[in-house]
Amino acid sequence: MSAGGELIFLFCGFIAVVTAVLTVSLRTPLRAAVALLGHILSLAGLYLTLHAHLLAAIQLMVYAGAVVVLFIFVIMLIGPGAEPKTKTKWLTLRVGAASLMAMVGATLAFGVSSIDRPYVDIDQCRGAAAECGQFGGVDALSDAIFRQSAVPFELVSVLLLVAIIAAVAVARGHSPAEKKAIEARRAAQGGAAGGEGA
Amino acid sequence: MEIGLGTYLALASVLFGIGAVGFLTRRNILLQLMSIEVMLNSVNLTLVAFNRWTPGEPGAWNHHGQVFAFFVIAVAAAEAAVGLAILISLYRLKSSVESDSADLLKH
Repeated sequence: MSAGGELIFLFCGFIAVVTAVLTVSLRTPLRAAVALLGHILSLAGLYLTLHAHLLAAIQLMVYAGAVVVLFIFVIMLIGPGAEPKTKTKWLTLRVGAASLMAMVGATLAFGVSSIDRPYVDIDQCRGAAAECGQFGGVDALSDAIFRQSAVPFELVSVLLLVAIIAAVAVARGHSPAEKKAIEARRAAQGGAAGGEGA
Repeated sequence: MEIGLGTYLALASVLFGIGAVGFLTRRNILLQLMSIEVMLNSVNLTLVAFNRWTPGEPGAWNHHGQVFAFFVIAVAAAEAAVGLAILISLYRLKSSVESDSADLLKH
């Protein structure tokens, strides 16, 4: 790996760890969302050091552009209710769970850090053949997505459609007429149960 | 220090641990969802790192890791949308975003 790449790795890795800690430790959800944004940006930088250019762009568009904005929309929609009100409960148990999980993470990190593979240079593709795209670039990756794994790609589009319908169905609430119908049904059921009891 | 595959994997497992700690210790559902995003992102980092060290050869690149990371990003977006919809629904019902307030099945 080149010296510039190592420098970017160290910088982005440090930012990623710091912003991840901030994301899980800040009390205000809006600040945590901004820390999550910083985490996602630094991960896009790490993808660049791994020669995954298109994936870094997708990370910026989908995560920084859509998911974080969705989080901020919901925080704004909920308003002050998103802030924590109650005092901390189960503190011992939570500290225990946290330290146990931190130890698991540290053990895992220590174990996998000794994994080593010889460094592989990415050869530039020579010639002007159409199938000769760059590794991680738009040509080569879109060939992998749209030709080699076209069926999973189409299934993902169905999954996203289902997610949209589910989100609308769960979050939209009830109109006054529907509410009245539900209450009437509930009252009828309650009356029947009361009659059986008597 | 030589930065190789192991360094990326160690960084990713540290990030996964941080996300798991956040998921276990926070009770605000918004912050729990953000911790899940941190965990999913760390897994993506391992996939892309493994792919970088098995790139195939020019004209026949091996992109399996990056394609898988792409699908993980899509599924994470769907998960965030549905999770936040459930959160809004819960907030309407309970006026709270604490995961402890969803205790209808407990009593």
